[in-house]
Amino acid sequence: MSGQVSYADVAVGAELPPASYHFTRLSLVKYCGASGDFNPIHWNERFAKAVGLPDLIAHGMFTMAQAGRYVTDWAGPGAVVVEFGVRFSAPVVVPDDDRGATISVTGKVGEKLEGNLVALALTARSGEGKVLTRARAVVRLP
Amino acid sequence: MALNRDYLGKTFPPTEPYEVSREKLREFADAIGDPNPVYRSRAAAGEAGFPDVIAPPTFPIVVSMAGSAPVLADPGLNLNYAMVVHSDQRFVYTRPLHAGDVVTAQVTISDIKSVGRNSVLTTATAIRTVEGELVVTAYSSIVERSGEA
Repeated sequence: MSGQVSYADVAVGAELPPASYHFTRLSLVKYCGASGDFNPIHWNERFAKAVGLPDLIAHGMFTMAQAGRYVTDWAGPGAVVVEFGVRFSAPVVVPDDDRGATISVTGKVGEKLEGNLVALALTARSGEGKVLTRARAVVRLP
Repeated sequence: MALNRDYLGKTFPPTEPYEVSREKLREFADAIGDPNPVYRSRAAAGEAGFPDVIAPPTFPIVVSMAGSAPVLADPGLNLNYAMVVHSDQRFVYTRPLHAGDVVTAQVTISDIKSVGRNSVLTTATAIRTVEGELVVTAYSSIVERSGEA
């Protein structure tokens, strides 16, 4: 979140520093309230298991939000996100312990476009698997 | 039980106006664990060139879900929401939402298709200010899993 990336300084193919975001079930409860998405698979372990999930899972949009934070932290406060898309490829399982879960995000500069736009290709993993695929953000840099 | 293809291309009326507030943006930023001051401090947002605190990039889902919830619950669509998984999400922004924006969400069902035994429903939700400015379009795809899968 410190510093400001400028369009001129960005090179296609450059890798962004990786980042990891830790959270627990408390985050899911907060996200339910803040988003208005009270699907019980995010807060009711009994329900989640009854519908075939291994445990509580994070909201897909919570995972996407971590990737969004990754992009805006890298790009700096003078940048604006103009496009952001993901595919949710696997659920992020959040066990009932003090460690919770971690989402690890990486990114690289995929393209430099007209109008100071930079397209980033992102990955997000949790545990063993990729939780986001086809994740792409386009930011306008100063 | 397949989704009703008569709904393909249908655009629903816009929602009632939703006022984006500083406290809601702070609550949302806290919930996603993002400490960025542009979501909390007018001074920080102002330095970055915005008229008030801005919304994180995924915040528009709150507004778009308010628009899509009644659409997905429409019995005529024949969607079993208990079997739904969110598969894809994309936002195309004109600018960030900021505190003070008063917006509506207007949902269009842009695609209905079958993938194996499952159905995929894609919506495009236009989020506009009450003055008519398109701020962001949210594209969501959900998969309705078949019970036998």
